[in-house]
Amino acid sequence: MNVTKRTFDAVIVGAGGAGLRAAIQLSEAGLKTAVLSKVFPTRSHTVAAQGGVAASLGNSEEDHWHWHMYDTVKGSDWLGDQDAIEFMCKKANEVVIELEHYGMPFDRLDSGKIYQRPFGGHMSNFGEKPVRRSCAAADRTGHAMLHAMYQRNVKVNTQFFVEWMALDLIRDADGTVLGVTAMEMETGEVMILQAKATLFATGGGGRIFYSSTNAFINTGDGLGMAARAGIPLEDMEFWQFHPTGVAGAGVLITEGVRGEGGILRNSSGERFMERYAPNAKDLASRDVVSRAMATEIKEGRGCGPNKDYVQLDITHLPPETIMKRLPGIHEIALQFASIDALKEPIPVVPTAHYMMGGIPTNYSGRVVAPKGGDMSVPVPGLYAAGECACASVHGANRLGTNSLLDLLVFGKSAGESMVEDIKAMPGSHRDLPKGAADASLARLSRLESQKGGASVHETRLALQRNMQDHCGVFRFKDMLEKGVANILDIEQQVAQTEIKDKSKVWNTARMEALELDNLIEVAKATMVSANARLESRGAHVRNDCADSVEFPDGRNDKEWLKHTLWTRDGNRLEYKPVHLKPLTVDSIGLKKRAY
Amino acid sequence: MSTAGETGTMEVMEVMDKGRMRWHCRRGLLELDLVLTRFLDKHFDALDGDSLKALQELLAYDDTDLWPIISGRKDCEKPHLRGLIELLRAP
Repeated sequence: MNVTKRTFDAVIVGAGGAGLRAAIQLSEAGLKTAVLSKVFPTRSHTVAAQGGVAASLGNSEEDHWHWHMYDTVKGSDWLGDQDAIEFMCKKANEVVIELEHYGMPFDRLDSGKIYQRPFGGHMSNFGEKPVRRSCAAADRTGHAMLHAMYQRNVKVNTQFFVEWMALDLIRDADGTVLGVTAMEMETGEVMILQAKATLFATGGGGRIFYSSTNAFINTGDGLGMAARAGIPLEDMEFWQFHPTGVAGAGVLITEGVRGEGGILRNSSGERFMERYAPNAKDLASRDVVSRAMATEIKEGRGCGPNKDYVQLDITHLPPETIMKRLPGIHEIALQFASIDALKEPIPVVPTAHYMMGGIPTNYSGRVVAPKGGDMSVPVPGLYAAGECACASVHGANRLGTNSLLDLLVFGKSAGESMVEDIKAMPGSHRDLPKGAADASLARLSRLESQKGGASVHETRLALQRNMQDHCGVFRFKDMLEKGVANILDIEQQVAQTEIKDKSKVWNTARMEALELDNLIEVAKATMVSANARLESRGAHVRNDCADSVEFPDGRNDKEWLKHTLWTRDGNRLEYKPVHLKPLTVDSIGLKKRAY
Repeated sequence: MSTAGETGTMEVMEVMDKGRMRWHCRRGLLELDLVLTRFLDKHFDALDGDSLKALQELLAYDDTDLWPIISGRKDCEKPHLRGLIELLRAP
């Protein structure tokens, strides 16, 4: 089949914060740059980021990038690469000020400088006391960032392909990446977008969980494409969860609800937190509350027909308090749980929020993979940035407001590397391999002709339930093992999905089937990596790796201070060392992570 | 953006526009994904031309403007969209 080809210097997949930031770098350098996005750029999931972006500007009080680095390493439970973390924290001021120059409406001090607010985990002087480090634009930081960067891209002539879905990476026999295949949703046409440099900035894959704060578009498309092209995924066992999302929906219930007197109850109405944290009870730390909820559910004390959630009860609070102090909670409960929270408890469940792992990169945004005994050899032509990438700055857990910083710093850094690499290349593009679009066309043709296959909706639901039940916020040895077996079964169903609607144009059923091909790779990587990591660290907490004298908090640095690399072929696992050596300063030595 | 063009009848145009609108219900905020999906399942097929136009207008809003309107924290300044917003809000 003849597939139309279009040629660019650079192709960027994803138009959230990381993709837009990288595109500015490329277009400003005069390179012909295409940005593909499933949705209009300002509707990317970056829009949901409210907390702000961390930078040690020191506008309100003394701050230093080295202190920010310390907080990030500690937050990562020492799994973050200290060279990448130093790089990011040092670059923070520069990228924030650049953003201001692009027109970002940051909140300001009377002096005109950017206002900075405090945020959990941001400390001065190496963990001594809280510091105001987060730069925000009211509660619309992500939204304002997208707008500022989109406008900048329009000005520098970035070419947008809006409502296009990338399908597969194109690699030649040497493994060099030469672009992607993609489908235009309006026509259903498949095209080859050939490039000298290809960037994945496709965001997270939080939709693998039944309860997730992620928007529906977050299906890990870059990770799926990378995995199918033989590129490993790093540290996929590490996912950040919030304790209280509305069960079945994922919308967050702020932790302020427990602060105002909300009580968590199990199926018999018991205030179970009294057993897990006799003093703090429902106000215990996020980790303790999440684990207690997961244990109640695992041990059969969950609520509802499937016993798969607990209840957050505020019915004892005066209605005036709820309406005054917790505005929005009543509406959220009504909209997403169909209940009146003044009269009935809200069904809640620990909810996936952020993916720390991803496509392995170095701090210049170049994708790296094992080759000939070296664990981190750049894959020529491929770059990744933002949540889909693993630089790794978040390690086993992400510090709040570092996600927006990550996409600015590594979006820019990847863009700079692409400019540098493209300029060092000969003028003409490398030849595409024969049948460059064959893999994508075969996937589509399978979907067209499938008879008697599985429903996309049912299969996705089975995948999400498996991940939620077997690989959630608190992990149980027996459940992990079962979860691996299950996900391999679900993979067989994914390979046989059937869609009834065969139309070419705006076929959302087809899009969802293609997205499921990506979700399954993210889910397998997560499940297999989590089952294999026999310790607790950061966001990966196992019941069989509990706190002990030898292993405080269950962390085993002797055997597990290393990054996981999962490869699709045979679900193979390899490990590579953590970069404990920063670029210029002394290594931040291993310690117990306590707040 | 191309349209159905010379090959298209009105019917094809309508299918395309409805398909496009369905996709435009994919948003950056989960809250909107959930509300809009519920709305599509319950009401989309029964919408008349004016309601479809109103929906198209509403879908052009930024997520951070649309969610406060749908969740009732902000009034919509366009009276002709209010009926649709009520439908969207109905749990």
